Amino acid sequence: MDGQTRIPILKVGRVLIVPIQVDMDDQTVIHLQDRILSELERTGARGVLIDISLLEMVDSFIGRVLSDIAAMARIMDARTVVVGMQPAVAITLVELGLELRGVDTVLNVDEGIRLLRSEFGIDDDEEDSPFGGGAGAFAEQVNRP
Amino acid sequence: MQSRSIALESEHDIIIARGEVRAIAARLGFRLLDQTRLATVTSELARNVVKYALRGRMTAQPLDPAQGRAGLRLVFEDSGPGIPDVAAAMRDGFSTGRSLGKGLPGSKRLVDVFEIESEVGRGTRVTVVRWL
Ligand SMILES: Nc1ncnc2c1ncn2[C@@H]1O[C@H](COP(=O)(O)OP(=O)(O)OP(=O)(O)O)[C@@H](O)[C@H]1O
Ligand SMILES: [Mg+2]
Repeated sequence: MDGQTRIPILKVGRVLIVPIQVDMDDQTVIHLQDRILSELERTGARGVLIDISLLEMVDSFIGRVLSDIAAMARIMDARTVVVGMQPAVAITLVELGLELRGVDTVLNVDEGIRLLRSEFGIDDDEEDSPFGGGAGAFAEQVNRP
Repeated sequence: MQSRSIALESEHDIIIARGEVRAIAARLGFRLLDQTRLATVTSELARNVVKYALRGRMTAQPLDPAQGRAGLRLVFEDSGPGIPDVAAAMRDGFSTGRSLGKGLPGSKRLVDVFEIESEVGRGTRVTVVRWL
């Protein structure tokens, strides 16, 4: 089932949240990159938060795609945060000689949201923002073929 | 523990190989960091086989402490095009695949023993060992 694994992309306010919960083959990784970029375009989201806390390994391929996503998102005026990288994965990445260029990494989703909000100024004023009001917050699943 | 051999013929086999290596490493008693190193090395070297040679195989050989030292040896073999200049291929940043060129030199940093034999037109064999 190469390339068939569906990773959900959720839109919360002006942030796309991408929880990666399975080991992905290369096709799935490339497909995910394409989908994130088209969702950025479609929704005008300003932030991308990629949760890799369940990923047991990041190799040079996945590492490069994460950097590419961040670079292309930047062109579309959006910032990318990778959250939850396991310590063993982080150490291995350094030994491999890979720096995730242009990608900020933080411990968890809360910190990721805080970073997007405070450092990168993704504002609270959007009516469907998850940051400001609470009641108005909702997640829209933007999974489409 | 017995050796385990896995055919590398598609991208999906890369996932199977790295999952299998992680499981074997865990069973042998490798700690999490070493499991992660071994799974990552497997991903890099298995991908090279599939990408450059199209097919080949990986063999995972648990090393018996009774016959020396406990550890895990992984052998990646293919009958692909071979590497004309192995020394160049081992340098960080060298790639004929428009990629990062981190696979071989990076893998070397993640293991205790790294050997590469390659002959143009005959194929490539990479052998790595991580001691327990
Ligand atoms: N099994 C193989 N058969 C033939 N050539 C190979 C093989 N493995 C590696 N090579 C050659 O060695 C070069 C370096 O390999 P390495 O894995 O270090 O980098 P890469 O695959 O180009 O990039 P990366 O692994 O960072 O995505 C490759 O570009 C390729 O030319
Ligand atoms: Mg490679």
